[in-house]
Amino acid sequence: MSGLRSLLGGGQRKLWRFHGGVHLPDEKTLSNQTPVADAPQPRQLVLPLQQHIGAPARCRVAVGDQVLKGQLIAEPQGYISAPIHASSSGTVVAIESRPIPHPSGLDSVCVVIETDGEDRWGELPPPLAASAAEIDACDVAEVSERIRASGIVGMGGASFPSSVKLNPGQDQPIDTLVINGAECEPYITCDDLLMRERAADILDGVRIMLHLIQAKQALIGIEDNKPEAADALRRALEATELGGRIEGVAIPTLYPSGGEKQLIRILTGREVPSHGIPAQIGVVCQNVGTAAAVADAVLRGQPLIERLVTVTGRGVVEPRNYRVPIGTPAAALIAASGGYSGDLAKLIAGGPMMGFRLETDAVPITKATNCLLALTPAESPDPGAPLPCIRCGRCAEVCPANLLPQQLYWHARAKELDKVQDYNLFDCIDCGCCAHVCPSHIPLVQYYRFAKTESWAREQEKRAADHARERHAAREARLERQERERKAKLRKKKEAVAAGSAAPKAGQADKQAVIEAARRRAAEKKAMVAETQQHDRETAMAGQE
Amino acid sequence: MATTFISSPHSARVNQVDQVMLQVCLALVPGTLVLVWFFGWGVLINMVLATVFAVLAEALALKLRGRAALPAIKDYSAVVTALLFALTIPPTLPWWMTLLGILFAILIVKQLYGGIGYNPFNPAMAGYVFLLISYPVATTSWLPPDVSVLLEARDLTTLSLFDTERLIFTGALPEGLTWDAISAATPLDEMRTLLDQGQRIDEIRAGSPLWGLFGGRGWEWVGVGFLLGGLYLLWQRVISWHIPVAVLGGLLSASTAFWLLDPQLYPFPGFHLFSGGIILGAFFIATDPVSACTTRRGQLIYGAAIGVTVFVIRTWGGYPDAVAFAVLLMNIAVPMIDHYSQPRVFGQRRRARKKA
Repeated sequence: MSGLRSLLGGGQRKLWRFHGGVHLPDEKTLSNQTPVADAPQPRQLVLPLQQHIGAPARCRVAVGDQVLKGQLIAEPQGYISAPIHASSSGTVVAIESRPIPHPSGLDSVCVVIETDGEDRWGELPPPLAASAAEIDACDVAEVSERIRASGIVGMGGASFPSSVKLNPGQDQPIDTLVINGAECEPYITCDDLLMRERAADILDGVRIMLHLIQAKQALIGIEDNKPEAADALRRALEATELGGRIEGVAIPTLYPSGGEKQLIRILTGREVPSHGIPAQIGVVCQNVGTAAAVADAVLRGQPLIERLVTVTGRGVVEPRNYRVPIGTPAAALIAASGGYSGDLAKLIAGGPMMGFRLETDAVPITKATNCLLALTPAESPDPGAPLPCIRCGRCAEVCPANLLPQQLYWHARAKELDKVQDYNLFDCIDCGCCAHVCPSHIPLVQYYRFAKTESWAREQEKRAADHARERHAAREARLERQERERKAKLRKKKEAVAAGSAAPKAGQADKQAVIEAARRRAAEKKAMVAETQQHDRETAMAGQE
Repeated sequence: MATTFISSPHSARVNQVDQVMLQVCLALVPGTLVLVWFFGWGVLINMVLATVFAVLAEALALKLRGRAALPAIKDYSAVVTALLFALTIPPTLPWWMTLLGILFAILIVKQLYGGIGYNPFNPAMAGYVFLLISYPVATTSWLPPDVSVLLEARDLTTLSLFDTERLIFTGALPEGLTWDAISAATPLDEMRTLLDQGQRIDEIRAGSPLWGLFGGRGWEWVGVGFLLGGLYLLWQRVISWHIPVAVLGGLLSASTAFWLLDPQLYPFPGFHLFSGGIILGAFFIATDPVSACTTRRGQLIYGAAIGVTVFVIRTWGGYPDAVAFAVLLMNIAVPMIDHYSQPRVFGQRRRARKKA
């Protein structure tokens, strides 16, 4: 891959462009001017059993149990799943449905822990290595298992179990680890602050992940509106001997360059195939927060029980970043930031472009919650009633997937689900660029989400119908075969009777033949019964002699 | 639909339809001023009349359709249609013809199809073609460029604002003037007629006040005015370069090829570019997003096809200018071009090509 490195431009790494994208007011200085603060210890922790993509964790505690900080309270179910750990010490007071931060606004089962205020650690597993430099001596499977057991999921918002992503399999050799420090959404600064304050830990995590996937290089992509973070990483990198293997790369600030597919394209020039995953093109992508969590787990034995959360927007009094135990109620963080400033349009989990609205602040911070955004009406004005699409094509101009959003909209609106898929609906990444620039103020992403959900539902229905049809066809075939066999048997019987009546004058030998034929018929009949029973999924033992 | 929605993005929207339309109106200013300079007050009177008719027609149609009229009128799309229509008709067209054209454009071509965003044809051009077919003489009777100066030189009264108004509303000419004295064919019309009579271009260009440097006198400057406005639209990113460049490119390459073949039979490419409505058409009419192609590659095909069609009709067709016909013809082809010109989606190897 020497072609990737351009010798021009003062040894700068060659960067690639993706189609479209939008420049947005970044609003980062609202929250990145003060260092990260510890969130106040909450009186109650609410830990949803589903904080990741995949199967929900299975609860391992009961109401009344005493738990210690870092103790496992729910174990993974299946390969794509993740365990949950107590983020402070206390007593389990309830296991019940509670509001959680989810786009659906639906409740989900949570373990509720009344904290005792002592924040006592439970017994942690021993570090696997004294430092990241010694990680190469560790068994890959052991490190992978530690990451899984520590409940680490993608911290950038998608929350896909990291151990799964870091285990692409033998048939997919990985040459590049892409570390996502782009943080392209406006307002959010938790990755920025993490890079400034824990650069060394991030590099440790990167080194561990490089060992896991046996990649030869790691590229850390950082948008160039975060010079402090890039500096911190560079200084930390200089302190190690990893300069040749790990590189921090400043990329132009352009939303959505922090999208996984977009960042990989920018840094490597490769495109993740449509409907594919990065491993297919030799890349694994992880967030900087995930890297730090991996370092905590492998070098310190600490499971994922806290994360950085940006509390920002002009709707809160003092925007800033917090180190937050997972399960802390959002309301507690808002209160720590001086409460609402009075003029709140909406509270959002995540950023303004892809985050979702929270109906209540009584939801807990989960592993995926990177930002609580309180927007004033001035920051998030009501776009008004949508006007008809005038097909101006600005949406297509900014679409990072190079789709035709105007055509997708047209067909989604008409509920033509085949047509939307013809226009590659499932390559849409929900980034919101199209809706942002639409002069008719059409909620385009909402239409696409609707069409996607409808398509999935229809796909499921179709699968169920196909299955039923196959079963029906199989049954018809079986009945028909049984009927055929019955007739064949009858015919044979008739032939045998005819043969018997035609040979009355025959001697002993003929008699013997008739008896033989009768025996054969009896055996055939038994075998037939046995076969039929087998097809009826009953035991065939009775039919055997 | 509810005015508040919960789906992302939550950011403030950066564009608005009415802003886009107003910028188009603004971009028409330089070309309009030049037109008024050369062809008199009639241009302005037509613009005002057409706008009033268009807004009233739009309101009426929306009322009949049971929709709220105000939001649709406030998007200024009817105004843009009216202005473009007014800029294509002769400056002294009787008012009721303007009314007919606008009614056809707004009621039938736009609102019967569902209003803004749903009309497959460009309303202004459809309205113009409707008039052109119904009243071929009136719609091709132009004034000579620089009409006032010309009349003064012949010691005749000039066509004042009042005279023009009277002409448009009553059809009465000022005393001492006849239609023959003030009307003239457009340069394209003249060129076509004389070529058909077997004259060579050198003969045609000699001894007529109609010709300028290489195009029609006055028309050259009208073209420059609209070109300025078009560049403004490009600069403001109201339009992209694809359609105008393709239209002008299509016309230029076709006309250059034939001009090189025989410069006495086929006019200089610059004449094609700076006579008639091609520049207005390329930047303001073919770029109407609703009725044009929406994919970038499709826009190139669409534009080039318009350019070539204009040349074909101007050279061998039955009408001296052809922008309106070319645009309408290509409007028909838009769905097919869009279907076959989809971009390559991120992560896909080939361009998306599907069975029809």
